Amino acid sequence: MSAPKYWREIPQRYRFEAAKCKKCGKVSFPPRIVCPECRSREFENTRINDKGTVETYTVIRVAPTQFTDEAPYPVAIVDVGDGVRVLCQVADCGPEEIKIGMSVRLEFRKVQQEGHGGIINYGYKCVPE
Amino acid sequence: MRDVAVIGVGMNKWGELWETSLRDLIAQSALMALDDAGIEEVEAMYIGCMSSGLFTDQEHLGSMGPDYSGICPVPGTRVESACASGGAAFRSAYMHVASGMADIVMAAGVEKMTDVDGGGATFALATAADQEYEVYNGVTFPGLYAMMANHHMKKYGTTRDQLAQVSVKNHYNGAKNSLAQFRMEVSLDQVKNAVMVSDPLTLLDCSPITDGSAAVILCSMDKAKSLTKKRLVKVIGSGHASDTIQLAQREDLSSLKSTAIAAKQALDMAGRKINDINFAEVHDCFSIAEIMVIEALGIAAQGKGGPATADGTTAMTGKFPVNVSGGLKSKGHPVGATGVAQIVELTKQIRGEADKDRQLKKADIGLAQNMGGSGASSVVHILEGM
Ligand SMILES: [Zn+2]
Repeated sequence: MSAPKYWREIPQRYRFEAAKCKKCGKVSFPPRIVCPECRSREFENTRINDKGTVETYTVIRVAPTQFTDEAPYPVAIVDVGDGVRVLCQVADCGPEEIKIGMSVRLEFRKVQQEGHGGIINYGYKCVPE
Repeated sequence: MRDVAVIGVGMNKWGELWETSLRDLIAQSALMALDDAGIEEVEAMYIGCMSSGLFTDQEHLGSMGPDYSGICPVPGTRVESACASGGAAFRSAYMHVASGMADIVMAAGVEKMTDVDGGGATFALATAADQEYEVYNGVTFPGLYAMMANHHMKKYGTTRDQLAQVSVKNHYNGAKNSLAQFRMEVSLDQVKNAVMVSDPLTLLDCSPITDGSAAVILCSMDKAKSLTKKRLVKVIGSGHASDTIQLAQREDLSSLKSTAIAAKQALDMAGRKINDINFAEVHDCFSIAEIMVIEALGIAAQGKGGPATADGTTAMTGKFPVNVSGGLKSKGHPVGATGVAQIVELTKQIRGEADKDRQLKKADIGLAQNMGGSGASSVVHILEGM
């Protein structure tokens, strides 16, 4: 992954930075430059909540190349409130334990590694609360 | 806008076509469509293709399409909207003729997927999702649809058996399709016990990797009447809509808003209700997709797509046959060709030219629904025999 491509997403992946519409209050994660609700272009900085509930999930058993060593692993869409949902892996949780409605917390984690001994790419995963 | 008819269709036999190149795939179906229409020239060509670059290192189909179809210097335009590329190419060609800019235009679709290995194909297909917020976190396309399936099952009580019924039905139909990739029937147990790809979807809930192409010729109605003796197939409705590229940002994870909007546009344009339609070809990239699509189209009520599949409503002999071709599941899913192949199937059914043991008795009005990504773009067309 090129350095600029990775670097651009750091505010979201490391710090959960989001944009809140000054006109209607909608929170966009990742930030947008126009609000999809009201078309306003004025935002204030905010952060998404780190606590949420699993709205749906799956267990990836046939994984993309850079994730094959980790399969099977659960992935969920987590509702973190304020109208925001995020998709992330579920860590510290067996494939059989995950359930819709489960309380989880977002944590800063290693997400992928570019080959053996390669660069480590970080981001967020959720863990059971 | 003026009336437009489909006057020629072509589709090669789909499968793992090691001996056939991207360029020959395009040309095979293009020539079949020209021959079927009984013409040698068109004024423009649209080519639906999702990712010839990632699958074969080849872009610039706007040249390669017309070049190898033997129709240079006709202008070529590649149209991309992930798995909805073919439907979008057909709509572009339709608008080109309906606008009066040309009388005869070709819409083709192609994908040459087997020059890369499984990992390469998974990577290329995943580019239809949000790279930084979906793919980065390790989700796959089956994974996205699996999450919709779990949500739908929880919300509406859709069952594992009902999902499997989609694959059973479509393989039953596709076994009778002479151009299908997988001409075999599968049982409920085979689907449920196949290797798990992404819970709850097994390998037999997923459409395959396919090499294939399809092409159709669109013509202004006035000119069509003098060109062909075959039954004229008129485009009476066209709709196209988008939704958020991320599944997580949709209003409702259990419904396909872009399909519902595109369908409403197409039905309104045609002045018809869904129950006026005789049959449909829909985008069953995964078993859950067909269940959600028939709900979005109104063939089944919201949440009732599972029961409508299990009770035979959408079977070949049912009240509203869906995917009599075998759908993406059995016929195959060469991504960019799929939307055009749906038009081929509609046209053949309406003309009474489908394979004998799957020709519908009543096939005067058909609907085609083609969808990109996890439902982030949808194209719907309605065709009627004159
Ligand atoms: Zn706003």
